[in-house]
Amino acid sequence: MNVSVSAPNSATIAASAVQLARGRKPHKLTAGRIGLYAFLITAAIFFLLPAYVMLMTSLKPMDEIRDGAIFAFPRTLTFEAWWAAWSSACTGLNCNGISVGFWNSIKILVPSVFFSIAAGALNGYAMSFWRVKGANLLFAALLLGAFIPYQVFMYPLVIMSAQIGVYNSIAGIVIVHTIFGMPLMTLLFRNYYAGLPVELFKAARIDGAGFWRIFFWVMLPMSTPIIIVAVILQVTGIWNDFMLGLIFAGRENQPMTVQLNNIVNSVTGERVYNLNMAATILTAAVPLLCYFLSGRWFVRGIAAGAIKG
Amino acid sequence: MKRKFWQNIMATLSLLPAWAVLLVAYTGSMIWSIQISFTSSRALPSNNFVGFDQYRRLFSTSRWLVSLENLVIFGVLFVVICLVLGFLLAVALDQRIRFENGFRTIFLYPHAMSFIVTGLIWQWMMNPTLGIQKSVRDLGWESFSFDWIGSRDLAIYALVVAGVWQAAGLVMVLMLAGLRGVDAELWKATRVDGIPAWRVYISIVLPLIKPMIVTSVVLLGIGVVKSYDLVVALTGGGPGMASELPGKFVMDYLFERQNIALAQAASTIMLITVLAVLVPWLYMQYFRKSGRSPT
Amino acid sequence: MQTSVAIKDLAIEFGAVKVIEKLDLDVGRGEFVVLLGPSGCGKSTLLNAIAGLIDIVDGEVWISDKNVTWSEPKDRGIGMVFQSYALYPQMSVRQNLSFGLKVAGLPRDETEKRVNKAAAMLQLDALLHRKPSELSGGQRQRVAIGRALVRNVDVFLFDEPLSNLDAKLRNELRVEIKRLHQELGNTMIYVTHDQIEALTLADRIAVMRKGVIEQFSTPHEIYHRPANTFIAGFIGSPTMNFIEGRLTESGSAMTFAGDHGVSFDVSRHPELASSGGRDVILGIRPEHMVLGESTDPDAYKAKGKVSVVEPMGADTVIWVDFAGGMRAIRMSGDPTVSAGDDVDFHFPPERVGFFDQQSGVRIG
Repeated sequence: MNVSVSAPNSATIAASAVQLARGRKPHKLTAGRIGLYAFLITAAIFFLLPAYVMLMTSLKPMDEIRDGAIFAFPRTLTFEAWWAAWSSACTGLNCNGISVGFWNSIKILVPSVFFSIAAGALNGYAMSFWRVKGANLLFAALLLGAFIPYQVFMYPLVIMSAQIGVYNSIAGIVIVHTIFGMPLMTLLFRNYYAGLPVELFKAARIDGAGFWRIFFWVMLPMSTPIIIVAVILQVTGIWNDFMLGLIFAGRENQPMTVQLNNIVNSVTGERVYNLNMAATILTAAVPLLCYFLSGRWFVRGIAAGAIKG
Repeated sequence: MKRKFWQNIMATLSLLPAWAVLLVAYTGSMIWSIQISFTSSRALPSNNFVGFDQYRRLFSTSRWLVSLENLVIFGVLFVVICLVLGFLLAVALDQRIRFENGFRTIFLYPHAMSFIVTGLIWQWMMNPTLGIQKSVRDLGWESFSFDWIGSRDLAIYALVVAGVWQAAGLVMVLMLAGLRGVDAELWKATRVDGIPAWRVYISIVLPLIKPMIVTSVVLLGIGVVKSYDLVVALTGGGPGMASELPGKFVMDYLFERQNIALAQAASTIMLITVLAVLVPWLYMQYFRKSGRSPT
Repeated sequence: MQTSVAIKDLAIEFGAVKVIEKLDLDVGRGEFVVLLGPSGCGKSTLLNAIAGLIDIVDGEVWISDKNVTWSEPKDRGIGMVFQSYALYPQMSVRQNLSFGLKVAGLPRDETEKRVNKAAAMLQLDALLHRKPSELSGGQRQRVAIGRALVRNVDVFLFDEPLSNLDAKLRNELRVEIKRLHQELGNTMIYVTHDQIEALTLADRIAVMRKGVIEQFSTPHEIYHRPANTFIAGFIGSPTMNFIEGRLTESGSAMTFAGDHGVSFDVSRHPELASSGGRDVILGIRPEHMVLGESTDPDAYKAKGKVSVVEPMGADTVIWVDFAGGMRAIRMSGDPTVSAGDDVDFHFPPERVGFFDQQSGVRIG
């Protein structure tokens, strides 16, 4: 008896493999997936590189920097640049380091954040829950103003602030930050309050509470999420501000960003690169810390600010 | 009812500071600055009315013309690259990857930095003798040149790189929010229909997130017009006036070159530019809201 | 009947939670099968697994005699209709119908032919140039069905397609879907939580609870012989009356004894023979209870006090206090009694079901 056996070809093997398919599909690392991660990692390198370079440079002594190997790890790790930046760098006015600017920024930041958020909360509250004539017009106009470049308002504001005696002072820069922060803060709070149930407000009114009482005892306590978002936005925006601080704060009260620019860009002779980078890191530290600690809130802040009206 | 009347008075009063800010700080300053542009003010404001003289002078000032040209170059490149990169990053993050949070943190942290910080870092990295150019050349690529800061023709592109580094993350966040808003069942339908993912993004998702794209363009565009901090830190407007931008032009002429009227003429041009972009956009937003609802 | 869709040993997990375990299902060619159950029972999960839209942990999916367990949704020979229609928003109806075919590389005239045929079948001809935002809910759903139609596949999957529509539209489209099935004869698997849809559309219903198919039978079977109290209570509105009690055997007679002295001689149910002493639930549907006295010696007779009368137009539901609870009696037409009346009622033994009190499983 003749029994012929033919070897299975690849088609039948493939077909029978499919017939045996069961359960979870084997996860193949396709070219697409590899390309995706390659893209993401390349982008990550692009975004991280400056921070890496900044850090490395700040930790090297000057003679290593003069070698020109900007990506290299420090052979001698030293914090002397940091110390010098903080306490002895020359900012044009004096040589007490950028710590002067740090404390100035704090002095500017705290009242500015407080007043701009307070104003925004009050405006947002009044516009959402109360029938005030012209409130919508006020809101739209403020919003429009938020988009217009500061340069348009700058000079008249300088003259006005000089006339009421706050030019070149902490009070002046705080007022300016409050003015320019008002539209965004009002937008944030108005939208937030518009999303709260109006029954809350009505119940409080029926209970006999008036305008201020409802604001302080009902609405503000409920505003924690949006206050967090507002604080993040304002701390980042005000700390990082340069232009307004340059013009309105006055030479004795220059914020950290202005002093940083002085330290780096207004130097004659050889630049002290490690000190410059250390000073840069110090200036970036506060908002960066705020960013890393706030996680999702930062993203929420951007979304809230960008989705206007 | 007296009580209700009194409460509404309180509400109206509470908005008075806002009205004051709007009328005095915003509207008042704006009108005043426009008025100055029609005078012959130099170091101090004067009331000598000279018509459109300052504007004529402005447009025959080479520094201003260069800054306008740079505005277009910088603006277009910056906005387009930010949009493309931001979109690609958002799409990449939308693919259910590992370490999504980590990547997002990395792409977004530059946005938390001041423009001064950004400018100074990139200025250091673009240093011809000690920065990237030197390192790459040391690796063997002798003719590599990254000397844009020192080049009259290329300095403006240095601004683009630094600007994109700072702002792409912001665009990514906006786009990602839009992507996440796409109905999951829509994605299922495309899988059943056999439409490849790239096609879905281009033919279906992109049209859906058009509002996000427009918002991004407006925000980025206005940022470009405002630009001052970045220029000061990265190039100082140089070499010469090669990387000058209108935002810096105004500040320089207001506070250093003591030519207020010319500066305010420039700032008025900036204002008109911004309004030209802003008004149609705001109108569209408002019109869209009171119009018919989407799908 | 040839099998069109076969599921073997299916297991699905969401993280650490086993949603479906060891599930088998066989759907015949041209059959209309409904997956019915409350939300969270796994019916949508099962449908998505058949479609290949979610990953499975174990088991096989066979469609039209091909093992598609590892195939992409587009290669499984299926069309799918979703609850939210999922139409391509910026494209016209014609483009929605033809986009998938275009991407697949089908020649233009073939695409045209299929689109026009589907449009004609679903009365979409006048709407072909419109965008989804310009259509009503019912029209959108028809386009969604059309998109599945043009794929010329064997199997259609429906994931709660009528849930987003209002009651009137739901009825209209339900009839259309049934008509479509009669015309096309394709296999259809349909997910819903609405028992009316299930009863009217299905050739067979798979009633699911917590990832398990509790019963897979014709609507008739499920209605008249539900496998357990869950199914018995799920189908039918108002739900079946459940009366708790105990079976006591004495000699050859079996008696059902409930609360408040309720007692029925249930000897004529042979399947209860070995269940003496068991705690059971007697189930009888409201529509099988008849108001009034009965001359039939076999009927189970009872008395109770009317508590609430609900006139519903064509029918009336009368709630009677009986055997320690509110029992529903459905009668056609206007009510003939009022609240507070003492009434007699009866029901036929062949309509009665007995369920074990602990497990809920049917015993007779």
